[in-house]
Amino acid sequence: MGFVLLISGWALVLAALVLLTGVGQRFAFILAGIAVETLGLHLMGSAYKALQSMPKKSGAHR
Amino acid sequence: MNLTLCVVAIMLVPLAAAGLSLIHQGLGRSRSAAHAMIASLCAIGIAAIVFVILGFSFAGYQGGPAQSFALAGFKFDWLGAASLAASGVRFDNSADVLAALTLCFQIFAVGIVAIIPISAGSDRWRLGPIAAATALVAAFAYPIFSHWVWGGGWLAQLGDTFSIPAFRDMGGSGVIHVVGGLMALSVVWIIGPRRGKYSTDGMATAIPGHNIVLVALGCILALVGWIGLNSAASMLFYGAPPEQVIAIIINTMLSASAGGLAVVATTRIRYRKPDASLSANGWTAGLVASSASGGLVSPLVAIFIGLIAGIIVAFLIENLELRLQVDDPGGAISVHAGAGIWGLIAFGIFGPTTAGSAAENILAQFVGIATLLGLILPLLHGGNLLLNHFFRFRVDSDGDWQGMDIRELGAGAYPEFVIHADEFVPR
Repeated sequence: MGFVLLISGWALVLAALVLLTGVGQRFAFILAGIAVETLGLHLMGSAYKALQSMPKKSGAHR
Repeated sequence: MNLTLCVVAIMLVPLAAAGLSLIHQGLGRSRSAAHAMIASLCAIGIAAIVFVILGFSFAGYQGGPAQSFALAGFKFDWLGAASLAASGVRFDNSADVLAALTLCFQIFAVGIVAIIPISAGSDRWRLGPIAAATALVAAFAYPIFSHWVWGGGWLAQLGDTFSIPAFRDMGGSGVIHVVGGLMALSVVWIIGPRRGKYSTDGMATAIPGHNIVLVALGCILALVGWIGLNSAASMLFYGAPPEQVIAIIINTMLSASAGGLAVVATTRIRYRKPDASLSANGWTAGLVASSASGGLVSPLVAIFIGLIAGIIVAFLIENLELRLQVDDPGGAISVHAGAGIWGLIAFGIFGPTTAGSAAENILAQFVGIATLLGLILPLLHGGNLLLNHFFRFRVDSDGDWQGMDIRELGAGAYPEFVIHADEFVPR
């Protein structure tokens, strides 16, 4: 999910460049894109943290 | 462009790699010190060879051949199309000097990208997968982003395509350091923390670096290397005149100093005593942040950029380690990705406006940062997950307690550290 959000955030930034012309509009959409990416980063970080606290199988992940 | 000055600046760049290698091995455990240094040497070598054979073709150079496509009527220059194995670069023709110099600079720059994640994977990332991941970065991730910014790609052409200023990165805050820092983050996610770093209830244990003297020496070496890095990139990719190199030297020194001192002060206030390893990270963070603006900001602004970089790193390292359980022994993610992103934003805020308004300059920097997070990170992480599927990144459980030196190299870095009982027998 985090992975998808990272790419979606960048797609939002690209869409802002292609579809919008005003500086204010572009700024808002690009900041929104970065916010989506930050959320994606947070989700990926949380997912890996949760993975670490799971009971370990031999050789898995560690 | 002053050819002699540019060549001299490029010749200083390996000192940045030397400094970073010393910092990384000093902040790791003694039982993995030799492994860290050998891994750095291997990474630098593999990165240079792979970049020359494949990466340079994708990275290209300004004015060189490139692939482009149109989207909604906008032209995107997305990939270099230079000859494979740098066969099209001529070294006997002054008209081709830019291509030759770009290749010469890039083989060192890609080495720095390659050694950054080794610090984060210290004590558990195996040598074979390090080599494979380095090849991935040097062949694809770094050349692609480098082309977009330094090779005349779409981020360098934002002005022509979207009527906003170009994304600018004078010395490689984004192209080199954020790419390396994001690679480090991906590696840490995959290999997990060192054994014993976190208790079963998630509490972090301090595992201090084993040689702060080498770390401090690395900081000084890195400063010299960074002066070369920032100067060479500014001259090569932005046509900085020789006079601007003086400003680059001053700003690099000031930013590093402010970063180091900011962490000395921050840790003195928070923990009552300055933390040596974090302060070294603050120094490096100042260097990283200074790379974005080079000599295009005033000395006072360079001090401010370094100061904030140091403070960001001190808090980011702590939060990543304690809240997100990201075990990064050398602080590579915070120092290179965190301070690198700050440097890029700061250049948007304080840098000169070449075209458009100040807001548009910041906007252009945000587009570059969004591309790093939203496209380069998934590319790196996807590639690393695939590699990990075939070559398991993490050492086995025996290697966890033996240390990487014994496990992978068969001998420790400091064999004389062993106390032999016969030395204490009266003679």
